[in-house]
Amino acid sequence: MRQPENSAVTPPVDPFSALAADTSARVLRNEWVNAEYKLIVLDAPGLAASAEAGQFFNIECPVVGEDKPFFRRPMSTYAADAETGQVEFLYKVAGAGTRGLATLLDGQTVRILGPLGVGFTLPEHVRSIVIMGRGVGLATLAPLAEMAHRRGVAVTAVMSARGPEQVLSVDRFEATGAAVEIVLDSDGTSDLANVEAILRRLHAQGRADGFYTCGSNRLMLLMKRLAGELGIYGEVAMEQQMACGLGMCFCCVRNFDVDGETVSKRVCWDGPVFPLAEATSW
Amino acid sequence: MVDLSVDLGRGLILANPVMPASGTFAEGLARVIDLNGIGALVTKTITEELRGGNLTPRVAEVSNGMLNSIGIPSKGITYFLEHTLPFYRQFTAPLIVSISAPTVDAFARAAARLNVPGIAGIEANISCPNIEEDGKAFAMRPGTTEQAVSAMREVTDLPLWAKLTPNTGDIAAVARAAEKAGADAVVVANTILAMSIDIETMRPTLGNVMGGLSGPAFKPIALRMTYQCARAVNIPVIGCGGIATANDAVEYLLAGAAAVQVGTATFTRPNAMNEVIAGLTEYCRRKGFNRVTDLQAALNAEMLIPDVMEAAQ
Ligand SMILES: Cc1cc2nc3c(=O)[nH]c(=O)nc-3n(C[C@H](O)[C@H](O)[C@H](O)COP(=O)(O)OP(=O)(O)OC[C@H]3O[C@@H](n4cnc5c(N)ncnc54)[C@H](O)[C@@H]3O)c2cc1C
Ligand SMILES: Cc1cc2nc3c(=O)[nH]c(=O)nc-3n(C[C@H](O)[C@H](O)[C@H](O)COP(=O)(O)O)c2cc1C
Ligand code: FES
Repeated sequence: MRQPENSAVTPPVDPFSALAADTSARVLRNEWVNAEYKLIVLDAPGLAASAEAGQFFNIECPVVGEDKPFFRRPMSTYAADAETGQVEFLYKVAGAGTRGLATLLDGQTVRILGPLGVGFTLPEHVRSIVIMGRGVGLATLAPLAEMAHRRGVAVTAVMSARGPEQVLSVDRFEATGAAVEIVLDSDGTSDLANVEAILRRLHAQGRADGFYTCGSNRLMLLMKRLAGELGIYGEVAMEQQMACGLGMCFCCVRNFDVDGETVSKRVCWDGPVFPLAEATSW
Repeated sequence: MVDLSVDLGRGLILANPVMPASGTFAEGLARVIDLNGIGALVTKTITEELRGGNLTPRVAEVSNGMLNSIGIPSKGITYFLEHTLPFYRQFTAPLIVSISAPTVDAFARAAARLNVPGIAGIEANISCPNIEEDGKAFAMRPGTTEQAVSAMREVTDLPLWAKLTPNTGDIAAVARAAEKAGADAVVVANTILAMSIDIETMRPTLGNVMGGLSGPAFKPIALRMTYQCARAVNIPVIGCGGIATANDAVEYLLAGAAAVQVGTATFTRPNAMNEVIAGLTEYCRRKGFNRVTDLQAALNAEMLIPDVMEAAQ
């Protein structure tokens, strides 16, 4: 038998340099954008403001009355600007955590851990992409439109919602020069057959060599099928309940189809953005 | 200067008594905090065989704590040695590898494979089902605890810790069995079996129906068990359960723990371990202790004779 190998073998190679930080961010604004969603703008200089499109933060939501969220809540980066040091989140007020977040007043602080996870990529060959999202998924996709714009990649945004009031961030997309197509439940245009026709038309017009989606299982499955059939590159941003956000607890797993094999991956660590071809129904 | 170092036996000396609890720590934390200040690093439990883990939802919030039914997804020991161990070799803190197995022999086989450079000790998670004993966890009973620990002791000279389950009637007896079988320390404790129900959907909140309670809500129970074990054995007791602040850690040390593990707290405060270390120094200075080990014998309870039966009523 060997002797025990105790402790201190090698000194650290490099001095510590963090890739993410637990930033105590100051609230600059926290206001309603419609009946269900709020936009929070934070002063969060440093690593936080370097977040890229598709990366997320794990946010410590305040305890308010009976609402005592124990875990942090994951939120996609809605905007991050390294120059101003500002970070924004667009969130739907749903349960205990987001209700707490909604009570934050200007000048108060909130801890945001991030940037976390793997964001969107735009492969070299991609010249013109379709971004399709629904509900708060559009918040996740807005920074992608800006990233594409900076890279000279053309964007068509297909935005799906229940009714006109629920279409979020149209101006964010339009400001990047994206062509916006809105499809609604209220007038029947969000019907899958119609959305499929739109995607096929965009492809025929040479405006779809990349598919990007978030926020709807139905829309993801449609894009995945068309991407497979038409040979289009694709990515999807996924959600799953999280605790640590750092790949440590293994609570946020989903199944993926990797070359015909079912593989369990952590949404916070391997994603939240995944190849569309690997995604399975959720 | 307060001396924070602790001797956990068999030559294993930690720079301070704070380390992560198995399953609540992995490579990802190195993106956020400096791991070099931490007393030891403890891995998620690994097994010889490949394992998948449980259905989602795998976690649920409860008042001041959480439930988990993660299970032990594992890519196996070979994968660990080839892909995970090299990452941990860059840190100064000693690495403790947590292992588990479904049989006594499999525990010994797993322990034998860890005699490699870069591994400073073994934490045997014996809180898992023993398939030779009707699926009852090894650490539920002294007899099966002794069998598993003895089998590992025969094949390794590394420091060997037994991680006990709170899901047992007499944890002190289990701790004594681990000590008798040659464990160098006991870790008290793993999560306690619990459940919760969503009254809107009328379904259990966990995909697995039941899971383990951890976090502050669990602390008084694990603290009591740490106290009982520390009085029952002469090997170090490593306290674990609901530690989120230095004050919590001090309570454990006063209860007789030689060191502590911080688990769930890292999920909500990634820097929790470093904060606990800083706060321990501060507490010792304020109370006039030169060594953190002095806390172990400092509990003012000599005149108090606990009656477990009375206390439970
Ligand atoms: C990577 C990622 C990015 C996200 N980005 C946004 C965003 O930009 N804007 C936004 O409004 N929402 C976003 N979400 C969803 C958001 O995390 C949930 O709406 C939020 O956690 C709900 O918390 P709650 O306390 O209000 O609800 P509750 O229902 O009370 O939450 C109970 C538990 O379920 C979890 N949970 C509930 N819904 C979801 C969900 N859809 N996804 C993951 N966990 C959930 C909570 O985190 C909590 O642990 C994102 C989720 C992920 C995983
Ligand atoms: C998500 C999660 C995963 C865990 N996985 C393991 C594990 O793999 N092996 C183990 O021995 N304990 C595991 N535990 C138990 C912890 O190590 C610890 O004993 C317990 O959570 C109590 O400490 P805490 O309240 O500080 O979290 C896990 C706990 C949690 C919350
Ligand atoms: S949230 Fe912990 S591993 Fe993903």
